[in-house]
Amino acid sequence: MSTVIETRGLGKKYGRRWALRDCTLAIPAGQVVGLVGPNGAGKSTLLHLAVGLRTPTLGVITVFGGRPADSPAQLGRAGFVAQDTPVYARLSVADHLRMGAWLNPDWDGELAARRIERLGLDPHQRAGSLSGGQRAQLALTLAIAKRPGLLILDEPVASLDPLARREFLQDLMEIVAEHEVSVVLSSHLIADLERVCDYLVVLIASQVQLAGEVSELLAEHRRLSGPRRDPGRLPASQEIVEETHTDKQSLLLIRTSEPILDPAWAVTPVSVEDLVLAYMRRAGSAGGARRPGLEVVS
Amino acid sequence: MIRFSWLQFRAQAVAALGALAIVAVALAVTGPHLNHLYDTSGVATCHARGDCASVATTFLNQVPADQILYYLGIAVLLAAPPVIGMFWGAPLVTRELETGTVRLAWTQGVTRTRWLAVKVAVTGLAAMVTAGLLSLMLTWWSGPVDTAAALKTGYSISFIRIGPVLFGARDIMPVGYAAFAFALGVTAGVLIRRTVPAIAATLVVFAAVAIAWPLLIRPLLIAPVHAIVALTPASISTSLAAGPGGSEIVMPVASAVPPGSWVLSTRTLDSTGHAFNAATVPACQGSSPSQALACQATLGRLHLRDLISYQPASSFWPLQWYETAIFLGLAALLAGLCLWRIRRQAS
Repeated sequence: MSTVIETRGLGKKYGRRWALRDCTLAIPAGQVVGLVGPNGAGKSTLLHLAVGLRTPTLGVITVFGGRPADSPAQLGRAGFVAQDTPVYARLSVADHLRMGAWLNPDWDGELAARRIERLGLDPHQRAGSLSGGQRAQLALTLAIAKRPGLLILDEPVASLDPLARREFLQDLMEIVAEHEVSVVLSSHLIADLERVCDYLVVLIASQVQLAGEVSELLAEHRRLSGPRRDPGRLPASQEIVEETHTDKQSLLLIRTSEPILDPAWAVTPVSVEDLVLAYMRRAGSAGGARRPGLEVVS
Repeated sequence: MIRFSWLQFRAQAVAALGALAIVAVALAVTGPHLNHLYDTSGVATCHARGDCASVATTFLNQVPADQILYYLGIAVLLAAPPVIGMFWGAPLVTRELETGTVRLAWTQGVTRTRWLAVKVAVTGLAAMVTAGLLSLMLTWWSGPVDTAAALKTGYSISFIRIGPVLFGARDIMPVGYAAFAFALGVTAGVLIRRTVPAIAATLVVFAAVAIAWPLLIRPLLIAPVHAIVALTPASISTSLAAGPGGSEIVMPVASAVPPGSWVLSTRTLDSTGHAFNAATVPACQGSSPSQALACQATLGRLHLRDLISYQPASSFWPLQWYETAIFLGLAALLAGLCLWRIRRQAS
């Protein structure tokens, strides 16, 4: 399976604080990858490293096998929609398309013009007066019209209202279907990602906690409920992600690739949201004592 | 990238063009009349007749309104480079950092080194053209007043073309200053990364360089000329009238150095070549007219000499070329520093 982003031992330090630590990932091509985690977990840092806006403190990151932003060709391989979708407030929508055409050798002007027309944006309007949703659409247009192999979106819908959010994600899915582009998008809102992602990377407290195809992750994780039980007596193949015990009952979230044979358990599948929250809570309780300042927000 | 830099710079370019147009109109309206007055005043031919001071004064008294424009022109030319540095240079990168548009710009198909190089080149060139046009117009317009003012004021340094005030506001020097101030602004922005502190730093550093330069660096480029003038009882009489009791006896240097020179220092030496101090002469301690006469007679017998150090007017063009080249070189160095820094800098 070919990969779009590969990292080995990747780390980024700001001052004395590690924003990302020991990150080893191989993100496969042809997927819509959701990067999820609480605010401040290092999602933006990882994406900025992937587009070359930042350089690693430790380790290596490659995009399509090359160092990000190393050359114009390498820059052309990744389209980026930055958080809060910055645009030049005083330039018009048409000016932005001109910029795209002038700065990107593979620019698809027809695609850009078609999208702007379909989105109902006025080419003469100043970008500074666009609504948040329109600005995000403009930023996405700029990113896709350079015809990259990989689209990277950093919290693209965080600042949008629910309707604009739904429209944006729908639009993104149409782009994926039409242009066969790989996508990595981050969000701290699991519901957004659940609808669109085939692959999930959970990043918490600057470390990758979980990565894999959504269907596999869902198949591997089970929620077990049954009479109270010592978790130490579970089969070795069952990794406990989360456990809650009352006097009589045990409630577990486990990861296993094997079937659950014990008839005492009531086995239910998990949702993406269950999964992510369980890993967040686990990382939060494990890291809570060491980093009391960390706030886990879902 | 050139076209996009221009697109971003458009609004400022229009503003600069507007300002240049206003200056051009003001000078075009008043310039021909000023030149006509100058031609008929006889200032141009005064050396042959030897009445330069009086015809220059007459000419200047005829043009009071133009003198205001003249001072304004000097102020505009001296202010243009730092203003360009502060408002075109400093925000060039910081504005994009602050609004987050670097994240858009640096993920287009252009490396950030090229991005900055082109932006600096386009805006820097515009800065130099603006300063150059401004200087061209004002140097032409101010020519008659420059000439007359230098003749009239004798050894006042203010209105001598090679003096510290006018030198940077004439001919090609503003081009060098503008390039340097612009590059300084960009560098401050790249290093400090915030607009307002970068603007302040640009102003402070540029002002320090512009003030220190004529005093510290210019004498190193072309060494000042020294003249030794023997003090006779007659010349002492004039200088005492100007300021008795001083430790230095300054004679009217206009007669000792060529016209248009910038006098850097005057030292009075006694017959043994040591610095002379009038306080050591008992005859010169009084202040009544009769005592002054006695002092003058005493000093006249001491074989005093004035050592004058000055920059002659003939050094004007060599210095303009040297200094413009140096400031352009400094600007190029700063631009190189910015490119080197931006390649390593995270957004």
